[in-house]
Amino acid sequence: MSLDREDIEKLCLLARLNIATEEMADVQAKLSDIVKLVDQLQAVETDGVTPMAHPLDHGQRLRSDEVTEIDEHAHIQLNAPHVKRGHYLVPKVIE
Amino acid sequence: MHDKTIKQLSDDLLAKRISATELTEHYLRRIEHFDSDLNAFVSVTRNEALKQAKAADERLAAGDVSPLTGIPVAHKDIFCTQGVKTSCGSKMLDNFISPYDATVIQRLREAGAIMLGKTNMDEFAMGSSSETSFYGTTHNPWDFNLVPGGSSGGSAVAVAARLASGATGTDTGGSIRQPAALTGITGFKPTYGRVSRYGMVAFASSLDQAGTLTQTAEDSAIMLQAMAGFDERDSTALPDPVPDFVGNLYTPWHAITIGVPKNFLDDGLDDASATAVRDALRVFESLGATIKDVDLEHIHLSVPVYYVVAPAEASSNLSRFDGVRFGYRAENTGDLTDFYMRTRGEGFGPEVKRRILTGTYVLSAGYYDAYYLQAQKVRQLISDDFAHAFDKVDMLVGPTTPTPAFGIGQKMDEPIQMYLNDIYTIGANLAGLPALSVPCGFSDGLPVGLQLIGPHLGEAALFKTAHYFQRETNWHKQIPAGYA
Repeated sequence: MSLDREDIEKLCLLARLNIATEEMADVQAKLSDIVKLVDQLQAVETDGVTPMAHPLDHGQRLRSDEVTEIDEHAHIQLNAPHVKRGHYLVPKVIE
Repeated sequence: MHDKTIKQLSDDLLAKRISATELTEHYLRRIEHFDSDLNAFVSVTRNEALKQAKAADERLAAGDVSPLTGIPVAHKDIFCTQGVKTSCGSKMLDNFISPYDATVIQRLREAGAIMLGKTNMDEFAMGSSSETSFYGTTHNPWDFNLVPGGSSGGSAVAVAARLASGATGTDTGGSIRQPAALTGITGFKPTYGRVSRYGMVAFASSLDQAGTLTQTAEDSAIMLQAMAGFDERDSTALPDPVPDFVGNLYTPWHAITIGVPKNFLDDGLDDASATAVRDALRVFESLGATIKDVDLEHIHLSVPVYYVVAPAEASSNLSRFDGVRFGYRAENTGDLTDFYMRTRGEGFGPEVKRRILTGTYVLSAGYYDAYYLQAQKVRQLISDDFAHAFDKVDMLVGPTTPTPAFGIGQKMDEPIQMYLNDIYTIGANLAGLPALSVPCGFSDGLPVGLQLIGPHLGEAALFKTAHYFQRETNWHKQIPAGYA
């Protein structure tokens, strides 16, 4: 199964990441090779096999519904590129 | 000093033959002398290390000691360290100062270990050569033109070149064991869930595990003793109590049955490595072990399964890097979509982007069943093969890597060739099994690693078996020329 340029562009949009025009052909070739590698799995007989969600077959641990976190947003927002009154600022998104 | 193990250094510190400050200054001098060439470190936390050393000396004087008090270690730059840059080897986090400590960091700090700095790695742990870091390639001290392996290459080199007495690493497909094998040291990956992943930047959540890079299995047991155990902040952490890994090392070794997966001693394995592995098996036989062949029927599928599951989980985990709340943000962007696409397009390197796109593909509508679901089913089959093997044998032994260290730049253009480096290590991650690599010989002057894989929660037996192997052999004592 080979991927064409349109496939890659669609994946780029879904993953929200740019591939530069000059890198496109290389990405297309390498991704196609990877898909060829994983296509080997298609031939494996897996009827009745449960897909593995957790390597030790554990379920999700639950805890009691109590507030345990403290408000540290000022400390955590020290890394933010652009913050105003506790809100993260981004370029305008509404026309 | 630097040729001593953590155990020996701890004895020296307790006997007051050296101080933590002297020891720390010694390693900091070595880092300054050697690391501009090796490039094992992203950050050296000199002032903080000396502060921690002073505190350790006070604790030692007061008799408040543990096996790690005053011991200088390095941490892979994937662990969040409060107030200290945490980069994951990526431009995306080049400006990120972590607001908190990972559980692994906190526990080692509380045990008195001293942080020398953060080590270089393949970007976001995606790689087997430490060539994809934003901060450049890390070099193998055994041969400067060769890779040290990855993704925990910086940590491996720090220990191999004796720039730190031990280091932390992470292993998702072999990223501790493979660089340990290529640099001639001991690398340990615990059972999935044995060590908390809180504060460890996530690559593939069902595969990632924190572990150790050390000179010996004994040192690894000492470090893991402090790191392991339940953490309520990690919902996948195991509740099982942590046994006395270290005390158990010194009890008699009862003869075990060792299984050798015949699938691993095949054409893909370098001749000298195969000889070294066979010689190692004879050491175990001389200690009384029984050696049996086992067949892991589906193990040849571990690389394709991994390259569906790991990228799929990575594509989800790395979606948090969007330029909004922290990390790299592209400039002069258009609308929000352009903002995300350019931030991530510029912030991530090519291998990371390839894996995110692969993951997006296998999870996308119309492909999810054929790829992701199918891979998780084959993963179950691989795990079942290991379980069946452990019905008949106590431990599996084989090679860690198909070849010794390879040339820098040699495999960068061939992702599949690069992926095949992990062919023997990936299975243990897929099945969540504990595994380690110890040095067992040389191939044309380059280290060869021996891999031991145990059943779930079989850390104690692995440490002890490796320790007894290291009592009979000297491979782990070899230091690369120029670093002794």
